[in-house]
Amino acid sequence: MNENEHTASPTRTPIMDAEAIRRALRRIAHEIIEQNADLRSVVLAGIPLRGVEIARRLGEFIREVSKVEVETGTIDVAMHRDDVGTRPELPVVHVSNLPLPLEHRTVIIVDDVLFTGRTVRAALDAISSFGRPARIQLAALIDRGHRELPIRADYVGKNLPTATREQIQVRLQQIDNEPDAVWLFKE
Amino acid sequence: MNWNRKDLLGLRELSAEEINFILETADAFKQVGTREIKKVPALRGKTLINFFVEPSTRTRTSFELAAFRLSADVINISASTSSLTKGETLKDTARNLEALHADILILRHSSAGAPQFLAQRLKSSVINAGDGAHEHPTQGLLDMYTIREKRGNIRGLHVVIVGDILFSRVARSNIFGLTKMGARVTLVGPSTLVPREFEKLGVSVSHKIDEVLPDADVVNLLRIQHERQRKEYFPGIGEYTTLFGLTKERAKFLKPDCLVMHPGPINRGVEIDSEVADGLQSVILDQVTNGLAVRMAVLYLCGGIAT
Repeated sequence: MNENEHTASPTRTPIMDAEAIRRALRRIAHEIIEQNADLRSVVLAGIPLRGVEIARRLGEFIREVSKVEVETGTIDVAMHRDDVGTRPELPVVHVSNLPLPLEHRTVIIVDDVLFTGRTVRAALDAISSFGRPARIQLAALIDRGHRELPIRADYVGKNLPTATREQIQVRLQQIDNEPDAVWLFKE
Repeated sequence: MNWNRKDLLGLRELSAEEINFILETADAFKQVGTREIKKVPALRGKTLINFFVEPSTRTRTSFELAAFRLSADVINISASTSSLTKGETLKDTARNLEALHADILILRHSSAGAPQFLAQRLKSSVINAGDGAHEHPTQGLLDMYTIREKRGNIRGLHVVIVGDILFSRVARSNIFGLTKMGARVTLVGPSTLVPREFEKLGVSVSHKIDEVLPDADVVNLLRIQHERQRKEYFPGIGEYTTLFGLTKERAKFLKPDCLVMHPGPINRGVEIDSEVADGLQSVILDQVTNGLAVRMAVLYLCGGIAT
């Protein structure tokens, strides 16, 4: 999400390369298969922009391993945020798209970086406007800590302790047109 | 793109990029209308005032519903219930509304420029819901949204606007918006209501509808505004229908994929025949549905920026 984005900064440390990201997502896919006996009830709901791409990749890994085609969707959180009007930049809204009805299904929210938890709170709110899933789970490529809400991830690619002032940047080929990578920026 | 306007006064001052951004934002809000719970918290805690000095049902209702769906609180004030009838000036009325901490003011007014006058003097967002014969930007946007939705694109299409162009704010907003988005626009109507002056805006002018219809990708029929017509401009209802009405006979000359639009309310049998208004090419009710999405987008963008 936008809060983790950064364009230029003095020091940039590589955290994950393309291969590390691939392995992390593959492992998450295995965990999702283990945790969900009925994979056909699962919906991978990506948060734009990079969560949508990560959800797509998780779906591919799950299909390779289990031969089950898991449904994917998009859950936009911008219009469900609690800070509209207080940020200098208005979050851009995207079209949400989930397979309906959600009743009796397990929705897995997918995002690139889990930080304060406020984006996930907004996603929970957004999903409930579509219906009442049986369960909602959370998958994130990076968990960088500093939660401001009682939210935790069910599936994490990499736990990365950070300082608040540091920034995490995730780059994915399909979204950013540059090689897959995770970077840490320090002031 | 980073949106940074608190007001929407007209489409003349917007760039193609800004118009496109509003239409894309409206895509997301249109989706909200299909959810089980058609309401999002984006403008929770904001107060919107619908200030309609000229009568209107559909535009006011559309703004009101758009505000409800964004969780804003709404108050409606019409000319007859406001202190304008007691001689209070527009500015004083508006300043009083602002003193109540109104965040967004939707204004319809019979004088061109009234929304701009207030926008320059108030901290609140001001949205023009139609000012005299000047602009009606959300109508122009919802017309473009509908064209884009049905045809995939606006660029390169030939849009024919028929009717009382001279007194029409809907026509002006459409002309400004459509030409920026790369459409070819032809205005059709009697020479008294569609003077050649309009060619300066980068559009064509015709007084013969039958020559234009076969080449149209979109026909937008404006309502004949009985309340604004004067004898010297207007030929008379029967003659107008004969010369410019989209009758079912004329509709046979339209391309099969040509869209038929009307901003409403329709005068059936005057500017359009019932068979055409209710026909397969008509997108008149889509315009109403899309108006809600477009107004949600405008309220979100103008009302949501930090002030």
